[in-house]
Amino acid sequence: MPAYLLRSVRPLGGDPVDVVLGGPGAEGTIAQITPPGAAVAPDGDVVEVDGAGLVALPGLVDLHTHLREPGREDAETVRSGTRAAAAGGFTAVHAMANTSPVADTAGVVEQVWRLGEEAGWVDVFPVGAVTVGLDGERLAELGAMADSKARVRVFSDDGKCVHDPVLMRRALEYVKAFDGVIAQHAQEPRLTEGSQMHEGVVSAEIGLAGWPAVAEEAIIARDVLLAEHVGSRLHVCHLSTRGSVEIVRWAKARGIAVTAEATPHHLLLTDDLARGYDPRFKVNPPLRTADDVEAVREGLADGTIDIVATDHAPHPREDKDCEWAAAAFGMTGLETALSVVQETMVDTGRLTWADVARVLSGAPARIGRVADRHGRPIAVGEPANLVLVDPAARRVVDGATQETASANTPLQGREIPGRVVATFLRGRATVFDGAPVEADA
Amino acid sequence: MRHLLSTDELSLEEAILVLDTAAQMAATQSREIKKLPTLRGRTVVNLFFEDSTRTRISFETAAKRLSADVINFSAKGSSVSKGESLKDTALTLHAMGADAVVVRHWASGAPHQLAHSGWLGSADNPVAVLNAGDGTHQHPTQALLDAFTIRRHLVGRVGGAGGDGVGRDLAGLKVAVVGDVLHSRVARSNVRLLRTLGAQVTLVAPPTLLPVGVETWPCTTSYDLDETLAHGQPDAVMMLRVQRERMSGGAGAFFPSPLEYSRRYGLDHRRLAMLPAHTVVMHPGPMNRGLEISAEAADSPRSVIVEQVANGVAVRMAALYLLLAGDSSAEGSSI
Repeated sequence: MPAYLLRSVRPLGGDPVDVVLGGPGAEGTIAQITPPGAAVAPDGDVVEVDGAGLVALPGLVDLHTHLREPGREDAETVRSGTRAAAAGGFTAVHAMANTSPVADTAGVVEQVWRLGEEAGWVDVFPVGAVTVGLDGERLAELGAMADSKARVRVFSDDGKCVHDPVLMRRALEYVKAFDGVIAQHAQEPRLTEGSQMHEGVVSAEIGLAGWPAVAEEAIIARDVLLAEHVGSRLHVCHLSTRGSVEIVRWAKARGIAVTAEATPHHLLLTDDLARGYDPRFKVNPPLRTADDVEAVREGLADGTIDIVATDHAPHPREDKDCEWAAAAFGMTGLETALSVVQETMVDTGRLTWADVARVLSGAPARIGRVADRHGRPIAVGEPANLVLVDPAARRVVDGATQETASANTPLQGREIPGRVVATFLRGRATVFDGAPVEADA
Repeated sequence: MRHLLSTDELSLEEAILVLDTAAQMAATQSREIKKLPTLRGRTVVNLFFEDSTRTRISFETAAKRLSADVINFSAKGSSVSKGESLKDTALTLHAMGADAVVVRHWASGAPHQLAHSGWLGSADNPVAVLNAGDGTHQHPTQALLDAFTIRRHLVGRVGGAGGDGVGRDLAGLKVAVVGDVLHSRVARSNVRLLRTLGAQVTLVAPPTLLPVGVETWPCTTSYDLDETLAHGQPDAVMMLRVQRERMSGGAGAFFPSPLEYSRRYGLDHRRLAMLPAHTVVMHPGPMNRGLEISAEAADSPRSVIVEQVANGVAVRMAALYLLLAGDSSAEGSSI
């Protein structure tokens, strides 16, 4: 594996420096950070990179990815999904549990973890199901998953809500034993029966059954109170409404251990897009109003929302090439997340690149309890998990040419800013010059 | 416009053109030989993913009266029930040379997708799609036949225009639409079309059966039928069908009981007597007699419910004629 000498890159968007990754005695770590031109090339094989204009960020960490394997390899595999993750600048992903079979046992989470190791594109941290089969009836063996080789710390029935308050309380209490966190898909099931999109002016007009904001807000309100009551950690998945932001803001002010994520699509897109009945815009929770989008941006800017997580949800073409009501919920996002955050938060002056490093790397690593390896500062001796971004580049999204095995991107044909030039996982380039690099290349 | 998908898309001029054409078609239906040669050699497919004998027969009759070849395709017992997708069904119909597809679908937006997906002909030369009812979205020919019926009864009478009110809009008329607006494609279609034609619409329903966001619609809303009838003095009262599954008891029901619904929102003898003498009573059918409408109201001289059915054929003839036999050389030929 060569060492890399990155000339004049800008860590977190700051002043240019030279950075050396790897080299003798420093394999897999950041070896030098010097003023521009001062770095000394290490002995051996060295690749020098002109990093002028490039922003260096710690490798991104996604707390919410659907890799679909086992069970739906027609939509995505661990290999294709993690390759897409690397292309998007990620060095770690948490893989959601709603696979087939469900990741509700030590065996399945170890299988996913092992597939991630073998693929080698990013570190894969499986998320364990909270309940057996995601059925919301009884707790899965959370401790066995925590003790497995996968060392699960995040548990979620994502795709479904743990709606029974007693079961949710038990789950919150139980995971305290191994510092776990319950990541809740907040969706009151009775209020959203048959729902197809956000309930509001647009749904009423185009005749699609509505998913009311209060169905999300009511569960979040309940859960933060439960988390306070039992003194445990709660993580709110893909929060999408103004009311949800306000509840989380209130809970944090009260000292409750709650964290929250927003998806790139909820930072950018509105329910107005449903008017054309294009199922690429069908997602759960649904795209909301412009006011909700503004609230999510405000929440991310002021720290109420801790992280951006992709909710990357690949689907095969036949699951989207059909009537809206018959189409699957979900959209891809790993390869466009950083660009969407740049467009909505950085280019609008709401976040700095240092903030981006926090919401897309440091904070998700801490919530997922992998901060010993990921989301680290860019400093000598730290793991060489880095992404180099060209913020001045622009590109047009084409699902057909992305690395993910599915093409259901809501940004199809849209021009977005930024481009991942290189991704390094422990000093190895998984992406270089914008293209994925096979491990044995 | 190359399709008829929604009443939202109809301009005032287009709407009046359809109604006027329907009047011409209706006139031909009193002749001894009702059939016209207009669409000879053209193929119309009735593509029904949802049961609706009345609408299908109406479209079938309309197409046959225009001498089109008609193929009826029902999802039940077909390849669709074996898992074939809408896309593959559309590709098949296109390959078979359909000139127009009349589509009834349980999913809102399915006709829109058929028209715009490229599955049914190219973007430059699409097969005409007529929406015969999609989910809880739209049922444009129902709204057109309702408007046609209203115009025939009320505009000619009030304005002194020619027999069927030909050439006229519905300006100044007041229409009350009563019942399950939330799930009604008829209500959605009518609000838009009647507004385009200049009528004032009031939706009357319990709050549970009005959609969130209804305040942005071009109409007024009321929870009180008696108030609307007594003070609103509507020229037409359109009762909507209440589906049995909406009434199932327990937490999911939209109202406490059929009896309470009937008391508060049913059109009965007492309410019939509150209406001005000229007011017509309408219903898209099939009716729940004794629930949203009493037998007395349904069978009263004010009722134009049976006539609505007859007018449906004329309106659908007009729609097919304008989409398939209109000036197809014109850019964006429209109905």
